[in-house]
Amino acid sequence: MSDTGIGARVLRKEDQRFITGKGRYTDDINLKDQTFAYFVRSPHAHATIKSINTAKAKKMPGVVDIFTSKEVEQDKIGGLICGWMIHSKDGSPMKAGPHPILASGKVRFVGDQVAVVIAETRAQAKAAAEAVAISYGVLPHVIDAADAMKSNAQVHDVAPDNRVYNWSIGDEAATAAAFKSAAHVTKLDLINNRLIPNAMETRAAIGSYDTGSDHYTLYTTSQNPHVARLVISAFHGLAPEHKLRVIAPDVGGGFGSKIFIYGEEVVCVWASKRIGGRPVKWTADRSEAFLSDAHGRDHVTHAELAMDDSGKITALRVNTKASMGAYLSTFSAAVPTYLYATLLSGQYNIPNIYAEVDAVYTNTAPVDAYRGAGRPEATYVVERIVETAARELKMDPAEFRRKNFITSFPHQTPVIFTYDAGDYGASLDKALELSDYKNFASRKALSAKNGKLRGVGFSAYIEACGIAPSAAVGSLGAGVGLWESAEVRVNAVGTVEVLTGSHSHGQGHETTFAQLVSDRLGIDINNVAIVHGDTDKVQMGMGTYGSRSGAVGMTAVSKALDKIEAKAKRVAAAVMEASTDDIEFKNGTFTVKGTDKKMAFGEVALAAYVGHKINSSEIELGLKETSFHDPSNFVFPAGVHICEVEVDADTGLTKIASYTAVDDFGTIINPMIVEGQVQGGVAQGIGQALIEGCTYDKESGQLLTGSFMDYNMPRAANMPHIENFKLGFTFTKCPSNPLGMKGCGEAGAIAAPPAVINAITDAIGVRDIAMPATPLTVWNAMQPMKRAAE
Amino acid sequence: MENFNYHRPATVSAAAALLKKSKDGTYMSGGHTLLPTMKVGLASPTDIIDLTAIKGFSGITVSASAVVIKAGTTHMEVATSAAVKKAIPALWEMAGKIGGVHVRHRGTIGGSIANSDPAADYPSACVGLGATIITDKRKIPADSFFTGMFETALKPGEIITAVSFPIPKKSSHQKFPNPASRYALTGVFMSQDKAGKVRVAVTGAGPMVFRVTDMEAALGKSFAASALSGISVKSKGLNTDMHATAEYRAHLISVLAKRAVEAAK
Repeated sequence: MSDTGIGARVLRKEDQRFITGKGRYTDDINLKDQTFAYFVRSPHAHATIKSINTAKAKKMPGVVDIFTSKEVEQDKIGGLICGWMIHSKDGSPMKAGPHPILASGKVRFVGDQVAVVIAETRAQAKAAAEAVAISYGVLPHVIDAADAMKSNAQVHDVAPDNRVYNWSIGDEAATAAAFKSAAHVTKLDLINNRLIPNAMETRAAIGSYDTGSDHYTLYTTSQNPHVARLVISAFHGLAPEHKLRVIAPDVGGGFGSKIFIYGEEVVCVWASKRIGGRPVKWTADRSEAFLSDAHGRDHVTHAELAMDDSGKITALRVNTKASMGAYLSTFSAAVPTYLYATLLSGQYNIPNIYAEVDAVYTNTAPVDAYRGAGRPEATYVVERIVETAARELKMDPAEFRRKNFITSFPHQTPVIFTYDAGDYGASLDKALELSDYKNFASRKALSAKNGKLRGVGFSAYIEACGIAPSAAVGSLGAGVGLWESAEVRVNAVGTVEVLTGSHSHGQGHETTFAQLVSDRLGIDINNVAIVHGDTDKVQMGMGTYGSRSGAVGMTAVSKALDKIEAKAKRVAAAVMEASTDDIEFKNGTFTVKGTDKKMAFGEVALAAYVGHKINSSEIELGLKETSFHDPSNFVFPAGVHICEVEVDADTGLTKIASYTAVDDFGTIINPMIVEGQVQGGVAQGIGQALIEGCTYDKESGQLLTGSFMDYNMPRAANMPHIENFKLGFTFTKCPSNPLGMKGCGEAGAIAAPPAVINAITDAIGVRDIAMPATPLTVWNAMQPMKRAAE
Repeated sequence: MENFNYHRPATVSAAAALLKKSKDGTYMSGGHTLLPTMKVGLASPTDIIDLTAIKGFSGITVSASAVVIKAGTTHMEVATSAAVKKAIPALWEMAGKIGGVHVRHRGTIGGSIANSDPAADYPSACVGLGATIITDKRKIPADSFFTGMFETALKPGEIITAVSFPIPKKSSHQKFPNPASRYALTGVFMSQDKAGKVRVAVTGAGPMVFRVTDMEAALGKSFAASALSGISVKSKGLNTDMHATAEYRAHLISVLAKRAVEAAK
């Protein structure tokens, strides 16, 4: 291993500019003559728009123009789309209601955008927005997923019972039969709480239309600018792809919320042409982010687990209601189906699984993929019910899991996936050792002495990353392929530019991708530049989400590097007058087997461009290669996390006493970055379990957690002390990509919630507790027991 | 946010004159409540009269019997004062628990108590220690200073210049923070004066800071946690919101009061 190659703890190249405030985010970009957009948003959860009067607002200082659905319809600008078609189990297609870029006729959630004011300054736009007079006819609304199908509120005409689809997976009859013959059945009702992503950088966009060339540019906070370009050109009908450049510069976090195409960015592009070509800039304030970013999770689930008399799991049956919010966001339909129910086998050999999912409309912000997207919800169901079953059977939760682990690979689950590699027992062993599980009882006694209730919880999670192959996802309803592209450009001096369709918004690609190149070509990491996030530079790509950049994006780079190496060998052979078969490449040097002839990588690059010693009729000049990599399978990272909590029975306050995460991510490029991903993911998972929760008022439909005064983001104090936050890794090589990589970005957020809740329920002796397990929730849960004891 | 005139007077009388002259002006002493309120459009004063540049408006003096903190003194100055730590350790600790570092560097004692936020920490210290609020016009006992949610006994234009805290025999501050905002979900400030008289002041639980006289009487007889057993606070009239019910807050008062007795020094 070189000191900057695969496996090295290289400091992040991008951090110097980020930490010194020199990152260049969308809001840092200011174009000549730019105007500012401010959106008028619905104050109602559900209402008809009776009239909009912009006359007074248009006369306000600095106002350039004001647009509503009327102008959108005049220009025939299409609505937002959901890029994944799900069919109900009766074969009917999902019921997708209209999703205009500015609300037309009706508003469907508090924050729905109704009109846009364009003005010379942001303050002027905001002031004029307040003067736009809109008359609403308030309609009944529905907030909770559990209420949606029986509510008298109807969010979309196309779905009379608010049901988007009724989807199922698995063999219902075989599962029912297994339950009939079960020796023990565990049942559990679970809620996966709704979350608001809150990336550090709020969403922003600048649309700019060039009247001379009839060409559009969009700067946007996107995790996948190429998909944004594709959707804006193909569905909104704004501009064909060759007339639209989308740039996602530095992006300050996304967690999924910036995958999607939003109305605001489309409006900025469209409005720029409408006002004669002046750029239109919009930056969400934090309040808008709370209201209008796509939220995450929000499932209501009933689950049943069947076991035989030896404690072997024989079947799992799951029924889930998933809130989609008021509109189907870009990938929303896939989240509670193919990204959720396909993971319900967890790490276990479960012969029969059947799951049914009702996706429902509610009068809330759209719900879509958020760190883990479906997989945290699946893991929560599996790991909560497995833990509960172990307790009911009076078996050690670790041993109950071990008894049911899948131990031979490949393993075909009853819910589509073929797990390719793993060693779940090894992760469990390592986690038990790192967490010192065998001495838990003495720690519990010590906590009791200090007046605290200590509990331990397990989470043996699996996730499917690097969603693929394209043909397979297409057959399941995806509107796009899920491959990745890479172009490696070697310059004449031997420096390298890698153009990737992956997009870094915190992941550190500028470092890890460069490590791969450094490793393969034996060149200094500082001689490698990673280029991403601009459709004029990178021809096409699928972006970054679902922990796909390593397994899919870096594999594309690796394949392009294969081609570079092959070509460079031919060039070296020509220059050194040898046979290509005799050229060896190691540590950045080409040698002729059995001789002392050698050329450095940079010399070969120069030779490829000057062409003095190459017969260009045999070898094309230049050194630049491209690869489009379409993986053969998902990758399956897995691991075992163990959480210990201490609950203060007097106040209900829960502290994470220790947290152990053992993960199998396959090959790790940069352990420092991977550890950071695990810690960050666990922090988000602890946040979901203990403190984070999006709350709408059922009566008024207003968002109650609309600021950080009420929405509780995890803080350092919510984390375990660093000495009690133990990370470990096990290794099985992923067979479906040459690097053997899996994915690490979501693991912590997937694994942590059930580990924490299992620990709290163990500590206080209840069967279930709702997330977030705030002090109030825990204290309330303990009251019946206290009363019983009195 | 609307435009406004910004003033930075050098004397208390100049400040009062500016307010009188303004159409709809307001004093500011830190601005941590005022500015966010203005940003969301809930307040639009024509004039902001920043009191923090007034000469001699900040500083701490400790005598044998009292700690006097001038109105413009930041929470950070109190939280880092060795003299306050020695005289009233609970007050020193409390100041260090207000908001975050940035808030503590800008927020002031005068601004905090003039605002009378039902979940702020300083009102509980004032009432829990039996402080005297000193204004440019008069001296007001803390017990009659706080009159309601965001309401005080201050007359229009009146300016707090200092707060005088008598040094107790023992005191303690116990705060159970709101998990999101870190304001007191419920906080208890307790003191026992040199004559043995006890004060128990509660913040965060009701519409404004209040005393729990049952507890004070019991602790006056015996300053021990056991003296509090059997005394509970009624939940009626306490706040209920998404973070805590009235019942939970009432329960927390008992828990925190017991902890305060045990921690008092």
